[in-house]
Amino acid sequence: MIAGTAVLAVFIVLPFVALLLRVSPTAVVARLRDPVVTGALRLSLVTSLVATAIVIAIGTPAAYLLATREFRGRRLLETLCDLPMVLPPTVAGFALLMAFGRAGLAGGALKALGIQLPFTTAAVVTAQVFMGAPFFVAPARVAFAGIDPRLLDVAATLRASEGFAFTRVVLPLARPSLVAGAAMCCARALGEFGATITFAGNLPGTTQTMPLAVYVAQQTDLDAAVVLSILLLVMSFGLLWGLKAAPTGWLGNRSRAGLPGR
Amino acid sequence: MLDFQVARRQGEFELAAGFTVRDRTVTAVVGESGSGKTTLLRLLAGLTRPDAGRIVADGIAWADVQAGIFVPAAGRPVGYVPQDHALFPHLDVHDNVAFGLAATGVPDRVARARVGVMLERLGLGGLSRRRPHELSGGQQQRTALARALVLEPRLLLLDEPLAALDVQTRRAVRGQLRELLGTLACDTVYVTHSASEALTFGREIAVLERGRLTQLGSAEQLMRRPASAYVAEFLGVNFLRGAVGDRMAGGLLTVAVGGGRVLVPDANLAGAVTLIVRPRDISISREPPAGSPRNVFAGVVDELIPEPPAGELLRVSLATEPPLVAEVTREAADALGLGPGMRVFASFKATGVDVIPDTESATLAG
Repeated sequence: MIAGTAVLAVFIVLPFVALLLRVSPTAVVARLRDPVVTGALRLSLVTSLVATAIVIAIGTPAAYLLATREFRGRRLLETLCDLPMVLPPTVAGFALLMAFGRAGLAGGALKALGIQLPFTTAAVVTAQVFMGAPFFVAPARVAFAGIDPRLLDVAATLRASEGFAFTRVVLPLARPSLVAGAAMCCARALGEFGATITFAGNLPGTTQTMPLAVYVAQQTDLDAAVVLSILLLVMSFGLLWGLKAAPTGWLGNRSRAGLPGR
Repeated sequence: MLDFQVARRQGEFELAAGFTVRDRTVTAVVGESGSGKTTLLRLLAGLTRPDAGRIVADGIAWADVQAGIFVPAAGRPVGYVPQDHALFPHLDVHDNVAFGLAATGVPDRVARARVGVMLERLGLGGLSRRRPHELSGGQQQRTALARALVLEPRLLLLDEPLAALDVQTRRAVRGQLRELLGTLACDTVYVTHSASEALTFGREIAVLERGRLTQLGSAEQLMRRPASAYVAEFLGVNFLRGAVGDRMAGGLLTVAVGGGRVLVPDANLAGAVTLIVRPRDISISREPPAGSPRNVFAGVVDELIPEPPAGELLRVSLATEPPLVAEVTREAADALGLGPGMRVFASFKATGVDVIPDTESATLAG
């Protein structure tokens, strides 16, 4: 068992070490001003955060409905919601293109509204939302389903509206899972490659996010590729580490849920 | 006053029951699990819609299926304490109790004051910053009560309030709860599966069996004229309130009850107690009994009532001091020639008496 763990650890750690040893720290710092790097970094951060915000805004009510309401086709809908998790990203990107591309199913409608999605920054966000949403919705659904319905019964007899009960009981109790899900969604959005390049293209400054820039730089400017990779590695590690190390006061259920009277 | 008659079908099961709760009184709803007790509470709380019937509280219709009226839980002045209390685990005691005030938009300052008063009243003053998991069972129960009562409900609904407590705590809480319920300005429906709780807490006792109300009445009515075999078995018992008196030789204790006294096994008791004597444990004879029974009461037979379901057993009401009800077989009654007005002796063993201390102080240390 120990040997197996050791092999696994080496297998996972070695590529990271190789990356970090490839370029000297000073060179990394120097490269942080490189417009290829900064452009990709800014684009990735902005699109990932916007995508995560959209997923939270749409995914929270959707997950709550899926978790608490019985209706026909619920299981099918749940499966569809989870599908992007296992779908090859290029397939997802291609499907997005078929749907929202100029010649796509909804392309005409979008064009009539004056919206052109493919090969824009908005397309990057669209691809990230599509690929990242399940990482938020799935744990959110489990968290919502795990809340004792009697708490909501009691809240109702305490004259709480459904909205009040949701913000003061449901959200605080589900918060650890929601935060973790949002972090995973954000990490997935940051790393998104296949759907982005298929649906949004690879235009520096507009749609060339960090993973795309790594792929391109790998063939032209190895140092830039290494620096971008290290940045992505640090950000991904930071998100995961933050989740594990977060103080319980922030991740846990310690909020006062905004009730009066201290 | 609460008056209702409702029906609700759930799969194979149907609840169809109704009764009236008089102003500021406690009606105990008793029945076995699956008899529909919790469904009844949910209907009264507005958490479940009735299929038929109506619920009227103080002249206001909370539900009336024919008239298309249904006031949901959030619109009813109801206090609901579910089984296991269902405290909000992420909120401390203060915020649990303040929840309803916040939901109704009571200003913070006012809410704080009202919560403070309620916590003091229920002896939770020092615990306001504790989380539910840091509380004992009894404290959790009082927090749940405070949370419901701080909104000054017209109707208080208690679902097995003592069931989640261990035996020791239950004994202590029982007295506190009875005292508290006596001071409330609301009607109370107290659901329990425990006969002794129903008899202790309910001014009236509503008996639910398989979704139907089989009897509604005082403990005395249930004892004298049980309407079903279940009532006869579990609820139609001699329920005597008394005060602990002298200790006797042989590990016995006297309890003054009404105009008489009953001997019970000594269990370090003092103060007010309730005694339960099962009618079938009472023997009836024409002559004073010889031998072991320690409790003998002379009196006149008041009435003989055949017991459900088949009437093979008879309930014999006796004008003794205290009044007692015994249960005899029809053959035994015939053999004795029992009839109203006949003078007999009722006897039962001290060990056949269940003793329930009324308050915590009724149990001495040791």
